[in-house]
Amino acid sequence: MIFQMFSYCNDPSILEGFNWLSCYLTTPKHMNFYFSFGTVLLLLAITAPTALLFGFGGAMAARAHNTALSWFGKAYIAVVRGVPDIAFFLFFVIALDQGIEWLMHHAVCSDWDEPIRRGNDFVVCPQAKVPLSSASQWAHKSYGFALAVVTFAIVFGAFAANILFGAMRAVPRAQIETAEAYGMTHRQAFWRVLVPQMWVFALPGLSNLWMVLIKATPLLFLLGIEDIVYWAREMGGAKTAKFTAYPHSDWRMWYFLTLLGFYLAFTRISEIALDQLMKRLAHGQATAAGEAQRRANT
Amino acid sequence: MKKLILGTAALALTASMGMTDTVRMGTEGAYPPYNFINDKGEVDGFERELGDELCKRAKLTCEWVTNEWDSIIPNLVSGNYDTIIAGMSITDERDEVIDFTQNYTQPDPSGYLALSGADVDLKGGIIAAQTGTIQAAFIASSGATLVEFSTPDDTIAAVRNGEADAVMADDAYLRPIADENDDVALLDQQELIGGGVGMGLRESDGDLKAKFDAAIASMKDDGTLNALLAKWEIGPGF
Repeated sequence: MIFQMFSYCNDPSILEGFNWLSCYLTTPKHMNFYFSFGTVLLLLAITAPTALLFGFGGAMAARAHNTALSWFGKAYIAVVRGVPDIAFFLFFVIALDQGIEWLMHHAVCSDWDEPIRRGNDFVVCPQAKVPLSSASQWAHKSYGFALAVVTFAIVFGAFAANILFGAMRAVPRAQIETAEAYGMTHRQAFWRVLVPQMWVFALPGLSNLWMVLIKATPLLFLLGIEDIVYWAREMGGAKTAKFTAYPHSDWRMWYFLTLLGFYLAFTRISEIALDQLMKRLAHGQATAAGEAQRRANT
Repeated sequence: MKKLILGTAALALTASMGMTDTVRMGTEGAYPPYNFINDKGEVDGFERELGDELCKRAKLTCEWVTNEWDSIIPNLVSGNYDTIIAGMSITDERDEVIDFTQNYTQPDPSGYLALSGADVDLKGGIIAAQTGTIQAAFIASSGATLVEFSTPDDTIAAVRNGEADAVMADDAYLRPIADENDDVALLDQQELIGGGVGMGLRESDGDLKAKFDAAIASMKDDGTLNALLAKWEIGPGF
């Protein structure tokens, strides 16, 4: 019989009420559902700082003196922000995956004489497969997850770049001029004066972006990752007794209500944390919020 | 010289990996009895048993992967897995993009499921089907209004909540649902469409196709395929 947490779950057909529910909610399949919450949180935990890094790089590039670099930064911001997310998630990931395999192919299979593109097919030599087809399922899943992180980071990095670009320009010009008058170099003025002060201007935009990122996590399933929405849909759907020990009617509403609760709680906690952060950043700044704090304290 | 060493290393690798190469089997996992996710969270169903037996006969190591139906063909041709074994009927349209093995089910009649006692106009009503299936193509050309859904489960829900008058799908999928629920029933009308279900492979994968073809033929010959078809109650045998 199926492995279950409680011993009385061996014959679900005779169970009722609470016992039935406790067995139902602890099937190994449900464990996948609970585990997928962790996947989503892990994705957010890795993607948010990565996207911020991409954004910072993009903003720095866009305001660089070097024309080519500035052009590159601005093109990144404009192009990625302009492409619909769903198109990006459907095509870019396949392209990225194929690009990596194409590079691997040229690195390890230089003696391969058959073409890579054959009609509709994309075929690289077996050693250039990433990960190798003999690799464990775990390796395949991690690779898929890494592709998802990169894709999310590129998309959200472009928005973050635009926000940071604006925030850098919002820092009063007089601050930089003062720094330069004190003899700081360009670089010193950037890191010591501009960057510490720009966050307070960037945070409203960035907190918005964080909320959008949380809501965008269901796009994970487009990338072949089984996220919470996939499992909620799969397990909520009506089940016939022929194929499961726990038949039930269409319960998707309950599963999606659970997700609703999860997302609402998560965004609420985020809001509280971001408000706290904003208070701290505004402290001592020459902005309306910073001024209000100063007056309240005197 | 460097190239030569790399080449030799690659050759040695190919030789040693020839034995352990894994064939990744792509399926949907949402279309019982063909394929579904069981209580253990694993792929189960007719195609799971069939696929495992075929791999055994062809002496291949196989691994199961699930993928959404919508993108199941693009992900095959780009090499994310090596076969599609997902209740996919053999059609000319699909055959232009991928290759099929010989069919491992007879053309399964497609049935209609509607609310019990409902009088459905099959030529002018609203009929639900899963996107990109032979049933969707059939309804589109029949004169009825087609509403498409991305999963089989959604098509059933559409009938229950009144969005569609009936749902059209493989008889083997609809029958257990009709048997166990009083609120829905199968209509008498059936349609014979499609050329049976086969395994989909990349057009450039001739070797693998030959292996699976041989394995399917041997299962047809010794009757094990018929036993499997009967066990999962999928259409007539061979």
